[in-house]
Amino acid sequence: MTIFPLPIDTIFLKIGVYAIYLLIGIGFGYVLESSGFNKSTKLAAQFYFKDLTVFKVFFTAIVAAMLLLFGAAAVGLLDYNLIWVNPTYLWSGIIGGLVMGVGFIVGGFCPGTSLTALATLKIDGIFYVAGALFGIFAFSETIDEVPHFFDGSYFGRLTLMDLFDLPVGLVALLVTLMALFMFWGGEKLEAIYGKVDLSKAPKGRYIGAGVFVAAAIGLIAIGQPTNADRWNWIADEQQARLDNREVQIVTEELLHTMHDSKLNLVMLDVRAEKDYNLFHLTDADHVLPEEVPSMINDFIALPANTLFVIMSNDESAATEVWKYMVAESVPNVYILEGGINNWVDTYATPYEDEYCAGEKEDLQDDEFKYILTSALGDHCPAAYPHLEDHEHIEYTPKIKMELKRAPSAGGCG
Amino acid sequence: MTTATEVQKKEGFFKRLFNRPQKEYWNAYTGGLVLGLVLFASFFLTGNGLGASGGLSRMVAFIEDIIAPGHVDRVPYLIKTAGGELNALDNWIVMVSFGAIIGGFISGLRNGRVKLETHRGPQITDKQRWFYAFVGGFLFAYGARLARGCTSGQALSGGATLSAGSWAVMFAIFGGAYLFAYAFRKLWN
Repeated sequence: MTIFPLPIDTIFLKIGVYAIYLLIGIGFGYVLESSGFNKSTKLAAQFYFKDLTVFKVFFTAIVAAMLLLFGAAAVGLLDYNLIWVNPTYLWSGIIGGLVMGVGFIVGGFCPGTSLTALATLKIDGIFYVAGALFGIFAFSETIDEVPHFFDGSYFGRLTLMDLFDLPVGLVALLVTLMALFMFWGGEKLEAIYGKVDLSKAPKGRYIGAGVFVAAAIGLIAIGQPTNADRWNWIADEQQARLDNREVQIVTEELLHTMHDSKLNLVMLDVRAEKDYNLFHLTDADHVLPEEVPSMINDFIALPANTLFVIMSNDESAATEVWKYMVAESVPNVYILEGGINNWVDTYATPYEDEYCAGEKEDLQDDEFKYILTSALGDHCPAAYPHLEDHEHIEYTPKIKMELKRAPSAGGCG
Repeated sequence: MTTATEVQKKEGFFKRLFNRPQKEYWNAYTGGLVLGLVLFASFFLTGNGLGASGGLSRMVAFIEDIIAPGHVDRVPYLIKTAGGELNALDNWIVMVSFGAIIGGFISGLRNGRVKLETHRGPQITDKQRWFYAFVGGFLFAYGARLARGCTSGQALSGGATLSAGSWAVMFAIFGGAYLFAYAFRKLWN
């Protein structure tokens, strides 16, 4: 089973979690300062092709981290689904980026580098940080005027792989080659505009470039884990939960959950559309099993109090979807025990009986067992039974809400 | 008497600490590789990348919450970070930002680069440089909040995880800077 990223919030006390982030920050600041990013003239020289240190540091870091990330994911050490991938807000991102670019050339820093400039007592860095604080203040006072622009053109967790419909390895190779090409061109420009003597540059960088390309080709060869691979990693533990019926919740537990306003209940009805039209629970979403893969990212991005209950007529189809979602690291997924058939058995009222022309003979597995004379949809009492209308049976609650492992906001919070 | 010698000793200590011989910066590719390792470690351990503007943003919300708590509770953008009983600084990104300051200070100290000074182009005065640094910081931070992250939170972290939007932001940042570089050439050349 993939163990990284660690569920640090459940392993460590808050102080431990903060210590980890503080250490990461210290490493970050140390590298930025050591690379010369506390010196505004060095940063600005980037934009006049005299000293392309920023470009080199920046893209080397991206390529190295990218190759390590997807390498670790490929061998099953790291779960990419639980990694924060910045959601795409296209136009606010592009306009914000252009404004940042102007700020970069005028101010000579970006926020991260200005912190190290401040730490090493560069007065221009201190003024920059002060300006940045006022810029944030101005933003918070004005952005609520244009919410549609700020929150518009939203594409969710969109990756370059989704955008170009290419496998991870190939995208990684293209990014690597693009970076190497920019390094090559950048060094030529430095030689012309910055009078940098290239013969003094370390030869080791050619070896590094070779290692990067080889690693990217390796990524193509290995590929990323499929859902079947992911299920195999956790099969022992999760199959046992299925067999011990730890994840199949009784109708009564679902009914109580429907009336629990503290939970964000997502009911997924994975039956054929005609069955869904005949009868479904109020607020249950109709999702075909083949549509589930494209919805995983949205599921993972939902708030921590989200609970998924999957239902089919009986349990087979729901169980398959459950396995798929659990293998993709979606938290808090449960199956409705006995499915919709059992639900109707339990909560049907005289109203539903009126439209019922009996039960089907020789019932197939996971088939809707009642013959209805009219498609009821959710326009009937059994679709949303009231708690007080029913006698309650004793049951052992099975739902245990897990702490969410995937970060819900990246460095922008 | 003892205090006098202690002060003397202390001064000696600080003098030695701050007057270390100034060393060269790292090779750019080495720096990049180490930065990549830090970034990977962050994702690997926590699932989160690096960030800087988010920490500054919470600093602003924290200060505003002290001066005008009522105002914070009326601005939707601030409520999320500092509304009601929320402590704006109680967040991991703040730790990363504080860490970055500490890390930068340690590296600067070790290499003799902690020095009160202003870096500027030859054609402007220190005071002009301070003014432009302030304006640049203002613009950059405004843009960073609009784009939901800066060079660290969007371009670097999102670049490594191959987020499409982050690559768009990255190209916009560098594009914007190169586009306006000529207009502001007097500041740096």
